[in-house]
Amino acid sequence: MTTVDKKKYKVIGTSPIRHDGADKVTGRAVYGIDYHMPGMLWGKILRSPHAHAKIKSIDASKALALPGVHAVVTGKDMAVAADIEVEAGETSLNYMHLSDNVMARDKALYKGHAVAAVAADTQHIAEEALALIDVDYEVLTPVLNGREGMKADVPLIHPDQTTKVMAFRFDPGTDTGEKSNVAGRSQLKLGDIDAGFKEADFIVEREFTTSWVHQGYIEAQNATAHWNNDDNITVWNSSQGTFNQRQLMAEILKHPVSQIKMVPLEIGGGFGGKIPVYLEVPAAMLSKKTGHPVKMTMTRTEVFEGTGPASAAQMKAKVGATKDGRITAAYAELVFEAGAFPGSAVGAGAQGMFTAYNIENILIDGYDVVVNKPKSAAYRSPGTPQACFPAEAVIDELAELVGMDPLDFRIKNAAKEGDRRADGVQHPEMGNLECMEALKASDHYKSDLGGPNRGRGVASGYWGNAGMPASCSIAINADGTVSLAEGSPDIGGSRTSIAMMCAEAFGIAAEDVHPSIKDTDSIGYNGLTAGSSTTLRNGWAVFEVTNQAIELIKARAARLWETEPENVDFADGVFFSKAEKELKLTFKEMAGKLMETGGPISVAASVAPRGAGPSFTTHMVDVEVDPETGKVDILRYTAAQDVGTMIHHDYVEGQVQGGTAQGIGWALNEEYFYDDKGQMLNSSYLDYRVPTMLDLPMLDTILVEHPNPDHPFGVRGVAEISVVPPLGALANAIYAAVGVRMRDLPMAPHKIVKALQEKNGKTK
Amino acid sequence: MAAVKTHVRTTLNGEATEYLCEPNQSLLEVLRDVLFLTGTKEGCNDGNCGACTVNMDGRIVDSCLVLGVEAEGSDILTIEGVATPEGLHPIQQAFLENAALQCGICTPGFIVASKALLEKEPNPSEARVRHWLAGNLCRCTGYDKIVKAVVDAANTMGGKK
Repeated sequence: MTTVDKKKYKVIGTSPIRHDGADKVTGRAVYGIDYHMPGMLWGKILRSPHAHAKIKSIDASKALALPGVHAVVTGKDMAVAADIEVEAGETSLNYMHLSDNVMARDKALYKGHAVAAVAADTQHIAEEALALIDVDYEVLTPVLNGREGMKADVPLIHPDQTTKVMAFRFDPGTDTGEKSNVAGRSQLKLGDIDAGFKEADFIVEREFTTSWVHQGYIEAQNATAHWNNDDNITVWNSSQGTFNQRQLMAEILKHPVSQIKMVPLEIGGGFGGKIPVYLEVPAAMLSKKTGHPVKMTMTRTEVFEGTGPASAAQMKAKVGATKDGRITAAYAELVFEAGAFPGSAVGAGAQGMFTAYNIENILIDGYDVVVNKPKSAAYRSPGTPQACFPAEAVIDELAELVGMDPLDFRIKNAAKEGDRRADGVQHPEMGNLECMEALKASDHYKSDLGGPNRGRGVASGYWGNAGMPASCSIAINADGTVSLAEGSPDIGGSRTSIAMMCAEAFGIAAEDVHPSIKDTDSIGYNGLTAGSSTTLRNGWAVFEVTNQAIELIKARAARLWETEPENVDFADGVFFSKAEKELKLTFKEMAGKLMETGGPISVAASVAPRGAGPSFTTHMVDVEVDPETGKVDILRYTAAQDVGTMIHHDYVEGQVQGGTAQGIGWALNEEYFYDDKGQMLNSSYLDYRVPTMLDLPMLDTILVEHPNPDHPFGVRGVAEISVVPPLGALANAIYAAVGVRMRDLPMAPHKIVKALQEKNGKTK
Repeated sequence: MAAVKTHVRTTLNGEATEYLCEPNQSLLEVLRDVLFLTGTKEGCNDGNCGACTVNMDGRIVDSCLVLGVEAEGSDILTIEGVATPEGLHPIQQAFLENAALQCGICTPGFIVASKALLEKEPNPSEARVRHWLAGNLCRCTGYDKIVKAVVDAANTMGGKK
């Protein structure tokens, strides 16, 4: 549905077959894991079996003596990277911490922390060699919980770490000088929280916990690196940002950025997890030592234990409302487990927590706590699913106390343009209320649940989206097609959506644009494929290059028509003379005349757009809970989301559905089980329990198109926010079905059975 | 240390194919690292995800759970054998038309598994499709468009449209 007047487009809004489609359904597309080079060695990582241990010594002599083994590297071979905090798209990172995460130096900080890497003729020999490396550990007591880690008497994971106080997200912060596992403390403050609660007739205050969850991309981390004799390094991998990784490599290896080339191969999922570097560094170091290209891939267990999942969180939420259903104040305390190094997404979580609502008095305390678990990484709307879960659950309780329908309660309190977020920023034009109203008008809302133990839940969500720089270039071919070079790895169909904007601008078909993704030596800088920004920012770059090309072609037409360029105009794919209407040539016809009018035309442009339109969404879900087993069946699901102008309809809808499915997994199944020594006990897909096809229903969408006024095609980020509401929506639906409020994720069957037993015990 | 290799004879995508493999190499490793048929993907290497699904003597298997030496005498179909010089298989076409892939890494496994289903049962229900494909994980799509693609392909192959 379109909610405001929208430009009429020919290509935008359709669903052409993707340009890389044939390669991907025939198995010809080359992903990072598929790369192979002649003379290539295989690398493997030795990982700490302990969650917290001093590395006293490493003896690799037996491994090096194994036939077929070429080299071993350890933390001793690593340079010490700069202790600088940088913004990395969605979360911040510190070069020194990143380097120490890639390879432990003196201490292993989590089970799975890399301590050595070996290169051998085959993977199997490399694995055998790992078992021959002797590491002498002094096992230390691990810190395994955020709230525990905040206490004064627990071991300090980083003995010199002090707490920084941050006034806003990405604030470098003020150092308190207090030694603590709390790396950061942040506070968002709006209005007068005490006055707000005084105004309230009802106040609900609850505590919540969520588990560590993983992005679960199907392609494991991988990298093939070649350190050439001229000290040029080339890395072939699957990443969410070649230019960012090039910078990280340069900082960790202390190598000039100009001598590192990152080649993006197809990427088998990322969801934020393929922003940092892991294997790229040891692969390059092993290549330098051996003179061979070195390929490394992770096992699934290594992916779970050694890469960055999303933080577990311990949270409090307190919200007050008047009798007539106006929310007057909201307070939250968010404790996020950062993992082994600082930098959880607690700041983003705080920013998104109550943002779908207009609340005048807000206070959110955030804590970034280091624990002996893998370093957290970005995961689709980082921090926000965790934080919105308590917000949506408490708001649901308030709606019940006030006696309002949960959707009406949200509509009454919905944030609108001009209202302030918790960080004081005013909302720009957006479709928050439209999503809620669209759901209210839906068949789903009007339908009956049709049985016992069934319930319906709703929840809303916000995600700010990102801008980031982009570069692209085009070359116009004589047959009227366009070669389009991009630098943002295509993780879910973006190369087609970007090609579609190019086609729209020239008035040609999507199939007449040939997009390709280039390496870092072959195109200008591109930000991360993250923050729901790829289509948005490359749309800007395409807008620039197509506009420039159109001006150049106008001059060619003017030459043909023996007039001045300003007398030529372009509309709907046709160049025409303003004076003589019969003088007109289509884009395709003009493309065929470039050689005779001055030669070929190609254009490159770089942009750094701001004005990423924020995303808002509301979801509705019907569940049936089996009171005997606690199993939750999802009967019907509808996600309403403001998607701005849809470029590729089906891929926009696919993003909404895919995020929803991940949110459902987060809510109901997915969880890192740890024992008291910090050992993960379920590091395989089905023990971790990602949703299978049998777990999910069809996922219905209501795509509200409220174009982003700050984008030439009205694009708004669409890819992340849908993971946010399922957590709250399912908790609320379970309550509606069987009367228990689940506040500890995942809402696994055994927890629901226990909650039902407690409830029934009390009522008997 | 590298072990002595075994000589294995198979039929692979309709062609007589011989290879040498070590006793500890899986069929998946043989396909990818010995024969360079990288269309069959590795997602977990422990039989959880189905990205490495191939058809072996009429049954779909996770090729990571089959040893290379076990394939002696077998007739194996991988994703590389699904399309013909005349064009894409209707299931491949349906995946494209229904936008049933995002990153595409799980797609070869889904297509090989779906083909086996539709050859056995030309008109499966949505529930049957979900049951048959429950061994194939996709993390991008939420499965909605994959289910639609398989049902759509069944209709095309059954001549219903």
